[in-house]
Amino acid sequence: MKTDTSAVDIDRNKGDFFYPEAHVRDAGVGLSEQTVHYIADVKEDPDWVREYRLRGLKTFLEKPLPTHWASKDLEAIDFGKIRYYLSPGTEPKRSWEEVPDDIKRTFERLGIPEQERKFLAGVEAQFDSEAVYSNIKKAVGEQGVIFVGSREGLKNYPEIFRKWFGKVIPIADNKFSALNSAVFSGGSFIYVPPGVKVKHPLQAYFRINAENFGQFERTLIIADEGSEVTYMEGCTAPKFNTPTLHSAVVELVALKGAKIQYITVQNWASNVFNLVTKRGLAQENAEVKWIDCNIGSRLTMKYPSVIMKGRKARGEVLSIALANDGQHQDTGAKMIHAADETTSNIISKSISIGKGRATYRGLVHVPKHLKHCKNNTECDALLINSTSRTDTYPAITVRGTGNAVQHEASVSQVSAEQIFYMQQRGLSEAQAMSLSVNGFVNDLVRQFPMEYSVELKRLIELEMEGSVG
Amino acid sequence: MSLVTHQEQAAPILSGPSDLREFPDWFRDQQHAAWQQFEALPTPTRKDQPWRFSNVALLDLAPFKISPPLSEDDRKNILKYSRGLDHYAARMIFANDQLIERDVVSEDLKRRGVIFQPLERAMVGHADLFGKYFMSTEATLGSAKFAALHKALVSSGTFLFVPRGLEIKEPIEIFHWLRHDNMSIFPHLLLVTDELAKVTVIEHFRSCDQRAAGFACGVNDLIAGPGAKVNYVCAQNWAENVIALQMNSTTVDHDASALSLNLHLGGKYSRFESLSQLIGEGGRSDLLAVAVAKHQQEFDARTLQDHASPHTASDLLYKNALDDRARTIFGGLIRVEPHAHFTDAYQKVRNLLLSDDAEANSMPGLEILADNVRCTHGATSGQIDEDELFYLRTRGIPVPVAQRLVVTGFLDEVIQRLDHPAIGNHLHRLIEEKFATK
Repeated sequence: MKTDTSAVDIDRNKGDFFYPEAHVRDAGVGLSEQTVHYIADVKEDPDWVREYRLRGLKTFLEKPLPTHWASKDLEAIDFGKIRYYLSPGTEPKRSWEEVPDDIKRTFERLGIPEQERKFLAGVEAQFDSEAVYSNIKKAVGEQGVIFVGSREGLKNYPEIFRKWFGKVIPIADNKFSALNSAVFSGGSFIYVPPGVKVKHPLQAYFRINAENFGQFERTLIIADEGSEVTYMEGCTAPKFNTPTLHSAVVELVALKGAKIQYITVQNWASNVFNLVTKRGLAQENAEVKWIDCNIGSRLTMKYPSVIMKGRKARGEVLSIALANDGQHQDTGAKMIHAADETTSNIISKSISIGKGRATYRGLVHVPKHLKHCKNNTECDALLINSTSRTDTYPAITVRGTGNAVQHEASVSQVSAEQIFYMQQRGLSEAQAMSLSVNGFVNDLVRQFPMEYSVELKRLIELEMEGSVG
Repeated sequence: MSLVTHQEQAAPILSGPSDLREFPDWFRDQQHAAWQQFEALPTPTRKDQPWRFSNVALLDLAPFKISPPLSEDDRKNILKYSRGLDHYAARMIFANDQLIERDVVSEDLKRRGVIFQPLERAMVGHADLFGKYFMSTEATLGSAKFAALHKALVSSGTFLFVPRGLEIKEPIEIFHWLRHDNMSIFPHLLLVTDELAKVTVIEHFRSCDQRAAGFACGVNDLIAGPGAKVNYVCAQNWAENVIALQMNSTTVDHDASALSLNLHLGGKYSRFESLSQLIGEGGRSDLLAVAVAKHQQEFDARTLQDHASPHTASDLLYKNALDDRARTIFGGLIRVEPHAHFTDAYQKVRNLLLSDDAEANSMPGLEILADNVRCTHGATSGQIDEDELFYLRTRGIPVPVAQRLVVTGFLDEVIQRLDHPAIGNHLHRLIEEKFATK
């Protein structure tokens, strides 16, 4: 691992540290009905949640790994060696002072409180299984916005929570959503009342701190009629010697006219299996937008999707994936058009460095009898080294005469002329390369909130180091 | 011979290869081995990625039989209806896999080394050449089971060899007919061109009875030697009750170019697998296809542009026009192998939907394992442009005619790429006929 790069003012190993564990609650190693009962007991789940978990476990055990289309690398996950629940045994803290010192040090290294001070509306930080610190700015709270951990959401707002929980992503959607349904803990629950426009983005941060640990957070966001909300999440994990599993489920519900923007920047260590199911439901005139940046991990499989259920609903996925040595970014998008005049847009950019492999996998479905649905898909891939690999596997189904769908993809490399030009102007080859790559993703990055676009650009610069020459 | 006795004499294909045919022992052994392979391989399901979206339920082979010899009347009639191009260099006509007629190549071409023979003769007379190339490429696009079936049951077909530096000016024509209900055929074409040779081949696939059910499981292997130029055209016009599978493999050596144009009109379910391998620098492959899908027809195209050598180019253009409740599937992949730098590959599929119940599925894929490449693909699905229709109507052209004009214009772009007016006209006529039938 390369360290310290004072020139770009960021510590490459920023996320690569951990503190001794002092977990009060530990579900032990391996997965069985006992594990599920243990989690349900600790979390004092109501009966319906306990049953839901057990159904999830059953489905998980029944479903085969999807290796008939997905990477065989999934077989490397040993589900019997994973720890499914760990928690310091404390309730979420409402103020920063109450957070234990060692955990605070972890977050301070990651810069969370600073970010909060920079006008972020609230922070929810998840450390292994449970949220350890959550705060939401007064202004947002007064508007009636609920922003809590999923456990608190379940406890304090059961009527909203139960109505939508598991409705967008059913247990049996795939093997990993079933696993999440069985052992989920942590994650965010957000409810935005009708007409409320949350000005500042809500933010959450997830981190895996224990070896062999699987993190299974569950996020549910409901934007009521005419409301607007932006949610940002960041993820990291230190590098342990054994692979780690992150398998989250994120459900978004945008009711009539609502807008949800969900931003993810993740920088997992290169032995994390990151298998996430993300799906949004957009009612009439509503909009769901996923902005997804995947850096790091050993294998990421993530296809944010939008079901456009109401007339004139809109879905959008903007994604950037960067695959370095030993990494496979298998990402993409799914757009299910289920009403007239729905439109969707997918823009995906991937960069493969060294022996990295970036894959785009997409699905666009326009069933019959729908009118005036439109989809636009663009996938661009950039290859840096001759050993890099990129794949594109879209699947597009269109029925009927009232719809238009177009898909385009291109693969290219940084042009030698560009590099030559910049070197002539005194830049090193690496600087020139990094500049070109940033140029390649620039039109997408510009759409991100400022802090994230800066962070992303730096992460890309760091990943690019040592890839040329 | 009456129809009933013909059916009674026919053996079901699922009873396996028969030893009645006069093949050399080595070929017969191959057939038995292939049959075992066929039986061992699992039947495809929709969950298999290469069969995604396909209506695999249609692949029930139980009803289909191997035809006993055709009557004199049948043979005469088939010969009479085997009209294709006005000018051809040579031709072969098969019905139910039985050779009806062979118009050999000219004495001159023969003397200069052109071999144009039915399979069963080539495997004896040119055993080395035949053995080297016969089904030498594995079927990797999903139909391994059906390739094995073909290998086990193939009984005739065409072997064409064009020697070094020779150009055959006029096209070579091959007809394959299906006669009687529920018959099966296993058409085979093996085309080998030596260095710098040039040839154009057209295969016609037809049914005698437009209502008869049938099963066609064909293989065509095209080998373009260094610097050779091969054009291959397939005019598939089976009856609408036929289940058809066609497995193509094209191997393009250095500086060679291969162009294939496949017109798909007939069949209830028609699957076409095309594997194009670019194995030498400077090779180029053009993959073109047009499908006109009506009623409940399903056209299922799977392609692989496999760039195994640097400095190679491939260009795919598939267009589908879909009406009624028809379905089309396109599953294509551009694969650039490690070290195949400076690849220039293109892939485009366009679907024109003419009814509300038609369904187009597109899966254009890329797998790039080298850099310094230019690879793009595109897939579009849309309908007739209202402005174009309006323009034609203001010129007094009635709507149905205007629609047909727009659709044929849309498909014409593909046929033009062949740059062979005589074949182009023939294909146009077939498309017109398909539009004219209800």
